[in-house]
Amino acid sequence: MTTRLRLLGAMSVMALLFGACSGGGATTAPSVAPSVAAPSVAATEAPSEAPASQAAAPVTIEWWHISTSDPGKTVFQGIADAYMAAHPNVKINITILENEAFKTKLTTSMQSGQVPDLFQSWGGGIMAAQADAGMLKDITADVASWKDTINPGALSIYAYKGVQYGIPWDMGMIGVWYNKALFTKAGITAPPATWDDFLADVSKLKAANIVPLAIAGKDMWPSMHIWTYLALRSGGGDAMAKMVQSGDWNTDACKAAGDQVVKLNALDPYQPGYKAATYDNEAAAVGNGKAAMEVMGQWAPAVQAADSTSKTGLGSDLGWFPFPTVSGGAGAPTDGVGGGNGIAVGKNASPEALDFLKFFNSVENATKINAANIGLSPVIGTESAITDPNLQAVLAGRGAATFMQLYLDQATSPAMGTAINEATIALFDGASTPDKVCQAITDAAATQ
Amino acid sequence: MSATSARPRVGRRLPTKWVTIALFLLPALALYLVFVLFPVVQAAHYSLFKWNGLQPLTDFIGLKNYQVALASDTFITAVSNNLLIIVLSLGVQIPFSLSLAVLLNRRFPGRAVFRLIFFLPYVLSEAITGVVFSLLLQPGALVDSSLNGVGLGGLVQDWLGDSTVVMITLFVIISWKYFGFHMILLMAGLQGIPHEIEEAALMDGAGRWQAFRYITLPLLGPTLRVSVFLSMIGALQLFDMVWVMTGGGPLNASTTMAISMFKAGFKNTQMGYGSALAVILFAFGLVLALAYQRLVLRRDVDGAVTAFG
Repeated sequence: MTTRLRLLGAMSVMALLFGACSGGGATTAPSVAPSVAAPSVAATEAPSEAPASQAAAPVTIEWWHISTSDPGKTVFQGIADAYMAAHPNVKINITILENEAFKTKLTTSMQSGQVPDLFQSWGGGIMAAQADAGMLKDITADVASWKDTINPGALSIYAYKGVQYGIPWDMGMIGVWYNKALFTKAGITAPPATWDDFLADVSKLKAANIVPLAIAGKDMWPSMHIWTYLALRSGGGDAMAKMVQSGDWNTDACKAAGDQVVKLNALDPYQPGYKAATYDNEAAAVGNGKAAMEVMGQWAPAVQAADSTSKTGLGSDLGWFPFPTVSGGAGAPTDGVGGGNGIAVGKNASPEALDFLKFFNSVENATKINAANIGLSPVIGTESAITDPNLQAVLAGRGAATFMQLYLDQATSPAMGTAINEATIALFDGASTPDKVCQAITDAAATQ
Repeated sequence: MSATSARPRVGRRLPTKWVTIALFLLPALALYLVFVLFPVVQAAHYSLFKWNGLQPLTDFIGLKNYQVALASDTFITAVSNNLLIIVLSLGVQIPFSLSLAVLLNRRFPGRAVFRLIFFLPYVLSEAITGVVFSLLLQPGALVDSSLNGVGLGGLVQDWLGDSTVVMITLFVIISWKYFGFHMILLMAGLQGIPHEIEEAALMDGAGRWQAFRYITLPLLGPTLRVSVFLSMIGALQLFDMVWVMTGGGPLNASTTMAISMFKAGFKNTQMGYGSALAVILFAFGLVLALAYQRLVLRRDVDGAVTAFG
């Protein structure tokens, strides 16, 4: 009995010790594990390196996207099918991945030198890192003939150091989504145009026992956009661009943004439990009519509807207004914070892949994206396909933009993005000061 | 077989035996080398570079990643959170499991049902547990309304949003999930103790407590020590449930070493720094495991593992 127990003990200890080892080691396994890329990626290299100009030569295009659900999934497949029907020698292999799985798989695949020909991208810092690693194709010359069909602000998000690496298919602007019925109930007649009006309206909503504003402390980035807008409104586009480029955030604009957040905090405007809330909690609060406003991008109505108890969201009660101006600030009311989705081009992409990209961004196909509410296409001439008045307002804001700042956590490197999110959420949680936020972001930039 | 068959030449027996052993060990050894030792060495290698996971490994920075980690407030919080969970697990969770094990080791009607109920949480995956408790702990959800319902509304907290409360909340949930496992382990140990010994002690005039303290507890020692060891290693590797419920927040108040590592490597694409954190976590695990084995488990495993060291 005792011998068996002892043996058992010894064995379990060894197993645990090994288990502990593998626990520590396994975390790095994805980075060294043999490539998990689909074998078909390797197969594309041969055709793409061969002279592909002959129409008859069979070509395979690998395309990874993240539209896991309809309507996006079907529309994308339809566009690919139409192209293959017109070009019988081209085969488009679509791999659909969930957002987080996509990021992991793409990184792992790139580490082994395999890059899909076309893949989902948000531009900004991650795309810059991919370009620096030589994973992307310089498509500046290839798109020169048709790039004027695309909104230039949206196009510039997929350029890095003057080189074009991808094409946008969705571009929107962050603004304030609000519940018209709750505004009326609180006695607010028109959306606020200035930050002071905004704060006054917050007080009115509080007085009417309505939660004025929903944010998401766990996910951090929703309130970061409020802070970004305040910095942009205070300092203007040039000051914002300078902070992002130089990494020096100890500026008047940065501190002014923090001061305005402190004023907002003083009104206790957020939903109960906001410190642990996820973005879905936030969207549910607005979609269920429990909170009057959220500062969010063009996807907000869809997510509010999906996360609401009724599954329909606020319907016609939902309204949108551009982020208010800050009195005395240098920023124009038409400056925006925005972003969207695009397609980056891998280093081994064939001319056919680029031709398909052009086809994908044709007015005809881009209109399908708008008509199905998958995104807001930046292709000029597709605007009429947007019928929802709120999305039309977003579109008008995007069209009138005098300066467009890509979401700060995507414009910078991922580590910088995390630093900005963590510094700003501490301010909204009341655990930091405006000065500390600017210093923390500056410190993070210095270690990049 | 060949090693034991009667062969006249003694000289050939030993090599054949070793070849056989090596052949049998080879598959397991190969897996162990490729999937455990090799990644550990790789991580140690990466940890000396500033590397985003995409570019070639060229930016050698020596031990800078380790310096940054040890100077980082977030990582220090992570280490102290791991240690807090270890201390609370040993101080609260194991004694609780032990008392339940002793209780359920007695004969009474419905004993099997209680065992089943207490063991049930362990069967759930950590991610599902995290999602369920996130919902229960929402402001105004079941936990809050239950407390309000029984007149304890004053105890209601921002369970996952208050940085001073969040670790205690997480510990209670971790305990809820794992006490059943330790209880079953200890019950198995209790059943291995012959009843006669306790009976004899009671006849000799020992009280219930004395019998437990001087008979049951020492005989339960080997099981208890394994239980403690499991608990410590589990607390050190804490990740899934915390990631699902708080993501390490609010303001990094509930971060753990594994969460810091995951965030650095896979969210911030600082693969070099993330590898350094992985190596530190590995060192913690290894030192703890070896020290515990040498100092505490030695009496249980004497002649087995420690013979090599």
